[in-house]
Amino acid sequence: MSDETPKPGGDPAAPAAGEAAGPSHREQDAPATAGERQAAPDIADLLGGEPGGPLTAVADPPADQSGPSAYRVQEQSIDFSAQLRQVATRDDAELLTINMGPHHPATHGVLRLLTTLEGEVVRDVKPIVGYLHTGIEKTAEDKAYWKAIPVIERMDYLAYYFNAMAYVGAVEDLLEVEVPKRAQYLRVIHLELNRIMSHLVWLGTTMLDLGAISIFWYAFRERETILDLFEYSSGQRMHTRYFQIGGVAEDIPAGWEQSLRRFLVEMPKRIDQYDAMLKRNEIVLRRLRHVGVLSAEQLQAWGVTGPLLRAAGVPWDLRKAMPSSSYEDFDFQIPVGTEGDNYDRYLVRVAEMRQSLRIIEQAIDGLPEGPWITEDRKVALPPRHELATSMEALIHHFKLVTEGMRVPAGEAYHAIEGPRGELGCFVRSDGSSKPARVHVRDPSFVNLQAFGDMARGEYIADMIATLACLDPLLGGIDR
Amino acid sequence: MPDGDALERLAHLVGAEQDGAVVATVVARGRAEIEVRPDAIGSALERLRHEGYTMLMSVHGVDYHPEERRLGVVYELLSMQLQDRVTVKVRVSAEDPHVPSVVADWPTADFHEREVFDMFGVVFDGHPDLRRILMPEDYIGHPQRRDFPIGGEPVIFTETERRNPGWWK
Repeated sequence: MSDETPKPGGDPAAPAAGEAAGPSHREQDAPATAGERQAAPDIADLLGGEPGGPLTAVADPPADQSGPSAYRVQEQSIDFSAQLRQVATRDDAELLTINMGPHHPATHGVLRLLTTLEGEVVRDVKPIVGYLHTGIEKTAEDKAYWKAIPVIERMDYLAYYFNAMAYVGAVEDLLEVEVPKRAQYLRVIHLELNRIMSHLVWLGTTMLDLGAISIFWYAFRERETILDLFEYSSGQRMHTRYFQIGGVAEDIPAGWEQSLRRFLVEMPKRIDQYDAMLKRNEIVLRRLRHVGVLSAEQLQAWGVTGPLLRAAGVPWDLRKAMPSSSYEDFDFQIPVGTEGDNYDRYLVRVAEMRQSLRIIEQAIDGLPEGPWITEDRKVALPPRHELATSMEALIHHFKLVTEGMRVPAGEAYHAIEGPRGELGCFVRSDGSSKPARVHVRDPSFVNLQAFGDMARGEYIADMIATLACLDPLLGGIDR
Repeated sequence: MPDGDALERLAHLVGAEQDGAVVATVVARGRAEIEVRPDAIGSALERLRHEGYTMLMSVHGVDYHPEERRLGVVYELLSMQLQDRVTVKVRVSAEDPHVPSVVADWPTADFHEREVFDMFGVVFDGHPDLRRILMPEDYIGHPQRRDFPIGGEPVIFTETERRNPGWWK
């Protein structure tokens, strides 16, 4: 890697210029890459093939690449030196630039950290993302509004109810459809269960990074209970597609409430057990306290929200500040930290789990009777029994399943408080039955920008702890 | 969201320095939006920051194809004091897709602007590191544009290679 350290005074914007140049850049490129391969035959040797062997034959750029199918130029033409130039800030002889990832267990996904080290101290770190990009936003443009929910749920794969909620909230804003109270409460219950589940995964994997094994099994045991509840109410453990435009897919089944109440009784004791293990644990204290500190002002400049910002002492929570889906009905508190270090982030998330349990308890106690999805037949499917007797219901069903609902032209941005911060969904409608644009403001994507400021000047081992406490989710970042 | 009068007041403040900086104002369905000329985006956001909208929560790229000035960049501002949101939008044409970068004043716009550049080809002048962020570095085209073909990308499988030599052409 150090061989690729850039020469000073090189072209500073090589890749960007390459993008702008478009097809002409590609044509110029072909002879250059061929020459490059001759100059460095050892790569072919390492891969066990001679130049001109089958590997090279596949990789060779065809002479005429201007056809519509040629989307990618040769990988060898990527100028990595431009990335390195950004991080090599000091005398090159003193610094070591290494890649952590994209396949590294401590990065919690396919995240690549281009890290510049001076000894064991991190001098700079540059997150490189995109390895998990699946084009979900593009896919959603090709689906009817209600058929886009499953793909959007798969963005942040630990917060699927939140993804669905942000999206259906935006579409409901455009449709101006009213969601029944029972559906709102059922949504709140599932959202808060999801928040606990996401924090449990965070807790287990973070402590695993610090060397604690048992807490991982305990946290995943409780997560399993929550996933069983999801399976009970919707048939799926993950990506449940439970939230529909206008309400939820089904009422909760018989016996679900009892299972939930058992969980509500059990879970506070489990959190007490976690606290007993971790809160005053010598290793946890030494690894997390006064590490990764960033002031509230800096965090806000980077757009950071959620537990990270609350740990720095800013009591900002969209559930309180701009409540939607009946959050104003519930009595709960917003835990905040004082210092903004990793230990505060840990405390805030654990305290949030307790508050979520409070919300769920109030919601299940006060669960109103009534329909669980809107009665508007232009938006929601008619009940099954109506199909046998009503021609009108059959027509509505047919129209919804084949074409989907038409949404009035306009734009909406619906933001909710996800487990990692503000999760917003922007939907533009052009009046047809498919969204013209879906964009998700994922909290992980934004929060990751602050990571460089958090990790700079720390030991590389602390960088791992800081990344874990940042709680990035690559499915949400890359979408 | 600010109601109609409040939005007009904000729009007046935004347009105070430059004539014709504000192109349009829209209040609809719980959303207040000020559309400004691309060259006025920096001063518009700065004005709104003084009005309390101190957080830039998101930047969306939008393609209004086939309308003219088809590319849009939407800035979502949030005020924690007022517990309120306001939206600022600019529209540029695909032939001249240049918008001044706001990264210097709003560091959080860094990744957002790179994503809009990557997906829509909007060039943010003055961005310190305008590279693709989600798509591969050597990718050609801007896939979120409405006229970008779907399903055209060849995929390498051992099967494809044997059955269809020269599939990449």
